[in-house]
Amino acid sequence: MRCFQLTATAGAAILMATYNTNEFRSGLKVLIDGDPCAIVENEFVKPGKGQAFNRVKIRNLKTGRVVDRTFRSGESVEAADVHDTELQYLYYDGEFWHFMDPQSFAQFQADAAAVGDAAQWLKDQDLCQVTLWNDAPLIVVAPKFVELRITETDPGVRGDTAQGGVKPATLETGAVVKVPLFVEEGEMIKVDTRSGEYVSRARD
Amino acid sequence: MQIHTGGLAPAPYTMTGPDWKPAASLKAMHARAEMLNRVRQFFRQRRVLEVETPCLAGAAATDPNIESFAVAGRSGEQLFLNTSPEFFMKRLLCAGSGDIYQVCKAFREDERGRLHNPEFTMLEWYRTGFGLSELMHEVAELLELVLARRGLARTAHFISYRALFQDGIGIDPLQAHARQLRQVLCELGVTPPDGEDELDALLDLAMSSILMPGLPPDTLTFVFDYPASQAALARRHPDEPGLARRFEALLNGVELANGFEELRDADEQAGRFDKDLGRRRQRGQTAVRPDDRFLAALRAGLPECCGVAMGLDRVLMLALGARSLDQVMSFPIELA
Repeated sequence: MRCFQLTATAGAAILMATYNTNEFRSGLKVLIDGDPCAIVENEFVKPGKGQAFNRVKIRNLKTGRVVDRTFRSGESVEAADVHDTELQYLYYDGEFWHFMDPQSFAQFQADAAAVGDAAQWLKDQDLCQVTLWNDAPLIVVAPKFVELRITETDPGVRGDTAQGGVKPATLETGAVVKVPLFVEEGEMIKVDTRSGEYVSRARD
Repeated sequence: MQIHTGGLAPAPYTMTGPDWKPAASLKAMHARAEMLNRVRQFFRQRRVLEVETPCLAGAAATDPNIESFAVAGRSGEQLFLNTSPEFFMKRLLCAGSGDIYQVCKAFREDERGRLHNPEFTMLEWYRTGFGLSELMHEVAELLELVLARRGLARTAHFISYRALFQDGIGIDPLQAHARQLRQVLCELGVTPPDGEDELDALLDLAMSSILMPGLPPDTLTFVFDYPASQAALARRHPDEPGLARRFEALLNGVELANGFEELRDADEQAGRFDKDLGRRRQRGQTAVRPDDRFLAALRAGLPECCGVAMGLDRVLMLALGARSLDQVMSFPIELA
């Protein structure tokens, strides 16, 4: 059951969602020391005649770090308004990456901390999975596969293909990937963003 | 925002309707029946009488760490599901039953986890004329039989609560201050909850998070002589007033049994009830009324005895090498 506590702040009442420790399970999003966190593991420990605790492993969604915390069982912890959604990447303005919800057309801007390594794969129009915290992007995940144009690579040498040789290629987003020798500048290629590896030539 | 369902929500509906199947395998059900047979055989051989006492009780547990389920009768009477058959069994002892045992269900609200289910099967027995050490040995013999592990009793390890803490984390539980223990726990990577400054709670945390997991594997360990502040219903040590004649049996990180040399002094018992009620008030817990019938029985006289309660679901779990109680219970709470 979800509980809502009424908290009076400066004369205004706001609704604050909380979770009791007996609702703890992996994946639950809670606010710890002001940071949004996800519960990774939860263990209820209680000696028969003693105090009950919940020993919890928590991932800080901002830093990715996993820490151990102990709660008194029955304690309530503030819920973090964190959810995943699919947003379309629009453009980078030199400081922020801008996204849009394709359904509502609502726009969001993500900073470098949220975009992280995904930045090198982002191409306008692509749909990305974005974790929103209080409606601001917290984590941006690039699509698993992207199709990008090669802007720079050494000319391929025919006949070397059998040896499976590779060469570096710079893509339109600035990312550098290893491609087979037969792939040429100006071609579109498909890349697996999880490994950063070339998959195939893309059909234009 | 997404809606999350709570821990005790009904089982989710799938295409084929609610999940109706048991959690335990057929093998676990057979093993349970075999365990119960062996328990009854063990006590029959030792001429301990099997008894039955009510699950519905007129009084709730006073222990601040144990919550009773309250049951409201239609005509307005307030009853509680038993958290343990202890008071009823002691009333039988006061009435002259002699040695008795019982296998029953016990109920504790808000206890759910890998090793907890709000309803569980308890084995409790009382031995008149037994000392604590005799009872610990009997527990070891019963576990050896039920777990079918030869040599379990012979190789059992006995350590005092105090020595366990001193050897394990260099803290004397009878002298330590909460602040000092808190610091040691933090250094060992177990950060207590914010504001938790109660020594017994911190000792419990050290016990369950550091000392129990650190005990030698596959060795039945008895921890005895608990601090008097954790006496529960045990008598104080006659020579050491800071200690209580209480023990716990632990195996592979699991607490299997808790035993006492039983407190027989009705006034001291009434005092402990008052203390429990005070703690409950202080912690904002539900107020409960102590069990007057139990106190009256103690005034009539409880024979000198030792008693122990054992969690049979946990015993079965270890017997089958299962990781969670759910694997040995037909219908854990979410499926009940």
